[in-house]
Amino acid sequence: MDKDQMQDFIAKRVAKELCHNSVVNLGIGLPTRVANFVPEGITVHFQSENGFVGLGPTPAPEDIDPNIINAGGQLVTILPGGMFFDSATSFGIIRGGHVDLTVLGALQVDAKGNIANYMIPGKLVPGMGGAMDLLSGAKKVIVAMEHTAKGVAKILKECNLPLTAVSAVNLIITEMGVIEVKSDGLHLIEINPEYTIAQVQEATEAQLNTDNVAEMKS
Amino acid sequence: MDKLISIEQAVAKVQNGATVMFGGFMANGTAEGVVDALVARNVQNLTIICNDSGYIDRGVGKLIVNKQCVKLITSHIGLNKETGRQMTAGELEVVLTPQGTLVEQIRAGGYGLGGVLTRTGIGTLVAEGKQTVDVDGVIYLLEKPLRADFAILGGSKVDKAGNITYKGSTNNFNNIMATAADVVIVEAEELLEIGEIDPNVVITPGIFIDYIVQK
Repeated sequence: MDKDQMQDFIAKRVAKELCHNSVVNLGIGLPTRVANFVPEGITVHFQSENGFVGLGPTPAPEDIDPNIINAGGQLVTILPGGMFFDSATSFGIIRGGHVDLTVLGALQVDAKGNIANYMIPGKLVPGMGGAMDLLSGAKKVIVAMEHTAKGVAKILKECNLPLTAVSAVNLIITEMGVIEVKSDGLHLIEINPEYTIAQVQEATEAQLNTDNVAEMKS
Repeated sequence: MDKLISIEQAVAKVQNGATVMFGGFMANGTAEGVVDALVARNVQNLTIICNDSGYIDRGVGKLIVNKQCVKLITSHIGLNKETGRQMTAGELEVVLTPQGTLVEQIRAGGYGLGGVLTRTGIGTLVAEGKQTVDVDGVIYLLEKPLRADFAILGGSKVDKAGNITYKGSTNNFNNIMATAADVVIVEAEELLEIGEIDPNVVITPGIFIDYIVQK
């Protein structure tokens, strides 16, 4: 798989976690692709934390409304039934537990469900935006990312970058498989048949429990 | 009182060293006309409170590129490379704040509250040096209120009483910032007579607005 196919593969698997009539917030980058794979018969209300629910697809050139952007700054649309609000309401929705699921990328995740995804000191400091609020407020948190950073493990015993949130992650979905964060550590629950359990463990610094591993849904 | 003034009259009120809030999210809903006039006036040593630092050529980013700011309180600086450069060089102090916390600090400042309690940021750098409060066994961070000398808003339709409606996602921080500054200025994309906005659809009440300028 090239990078593009890999990101779609991960996004497709994440989309299987979407529930009917749920409110979902997708992070920028790979997580945004999840919206392209919503299963048939399922309605999802996508929230954009800059102030609306009912986030729709990228508009055709003739349908562009310059007043509507997503949280990544891209021009988007709002679907019928959607609504706009201010940032206080938007984060009331987020912190108040009204977002059922958030899907975010990460620089590092660890065995306790800690996540680091907003800065590399001295190198890259974009800021946390809404990520800290989403991680503390959403009912379920999925990290969707490539399993390693060009071979360097991202799923660690303990994060060493500044944390975005503590014990926040429920599920990690990568091109290699699906990992559930439980109180006793990380459980590999699904594996991409293109890899062996040994290969997945080798690409993961944290110890994986592999007692019950199914084939990855696709 | 007639609230309508020129952009030049509005920015003449902003002195060196002022703290200024700007509505807008990645420049969507930011009063670009006022930002341009502040760049032209070259007011110095500003403290800016804004969701993000815009782009180098859009939103509050233009004030940063023109080196008019000494401090920035914001949630995100990733789309304006100059912000990161000035921060790393020690030319600009940047206080990174979670977005939901930032808007609640501003709301607290404008709504007469002594701060807000939030779980956001617990166990991270954001919590360093901050007081925590135990409410029935749950630990929260105490985040203090934020106010400014000026709030600069971008309104889509504004009547001459200062009542505002917003198009699309341009509301974002504007409606909350309207309450949290000593002087509140709205830049109207479309200026209407009193009575032309249905009171049922007003988002930001005109009583919060001191001055109106036209884009």
